[in-house]
Amino acid sequence: MSPTPISFSILVYGAPYSSQSVSTAYRFTKTAIEKGHRIHRVFFYGDAVQIGSRLVAVPQDEVDLQLKWQQLGEQYQLDMVICIAAALKRGIINSDEAKRFEKDASNLAEGFTLSGLGQMIDATQSSDRIVTFGY
Amino acid sequence: MTDKKQSILAVLTKPPYGGTTAKEALDAVLTAAAFEVPVSVLFMDDAVFQLLPEQKTEGIEVKCLATTLPVLPMYDVEHIYVDRKALVDRGIDAEQLILSVQPVETDTLRSLFQNHSRILSF
Repeated sequence: MSPTPISFSILVYGAPYSSQSVSTAYRFTKTAIEKGHRIHRVFFYGDAVQIGSRLVAVPQDEVDLQLKWQQLGEQYQLDMVICIAAALKRGIINSDEAKRFEKDASNLAEGFTLSGLGQMIDATQSSDRIVTFGY
Repeated sequence: MTDKKQSILAVLTKPPYGGTTAKEALDAVLTAAAFEVPVSVLFMDDAVFQLLPEQKTEGIEVKCLATTLPVLPMYDVEHIYVDRKALVDRGIDAEQLILSVQPVETDTLRSLFQNHSRILSF
């Protein structure tokens, strides 16, 4: 019997490839959707913002976490938000911000958007459950 | 955002320095308050070190958290709790803290979690 569908928002803090949280969050999100639940938003905060750099090159025998999130995001139209304040100081930047801060390049990967902490707070208000994947 | 606000309990567990989590948690709490979402804060584990007076951070070149924490009541973050056992375990006197916090016994932590609709853990 399927459980009653509920809406989740997912918070992720750990750095991909240092912590397992980005990977575990991915599997949780995918499973929740497959079980019929809704994902309101995925919010990457702290070191997890590194998921958004398209300059990451993963060894062939390791999992490409960014690609996995992008595919999941595209398939289910996920709102995948990267905290802008946490991202900028860690070198994750989109073209608008690169212009604003006079940087010579931008690197935000497709499928992710930079936005503020307000999106995290909105997630607490607009979803039934918040599930956090820490460091 | 929906009309009826879901109350948030921000559970802080990290020490003030050595990582950026304490600051990022505080930013999230202040954002919730700015959005007029009812938010309470619980200091647990090593996060109780955030409450110590006389934090001097010039030497490590980071912003002093102790100058930001006292703004919480001004942002209408009125319910600030601390796990009493976390204080006792670390030999910290509840009277010396930089914020007016309400010590909570271990067996009442459960009701604190139950009394809030959403938990943000850091």
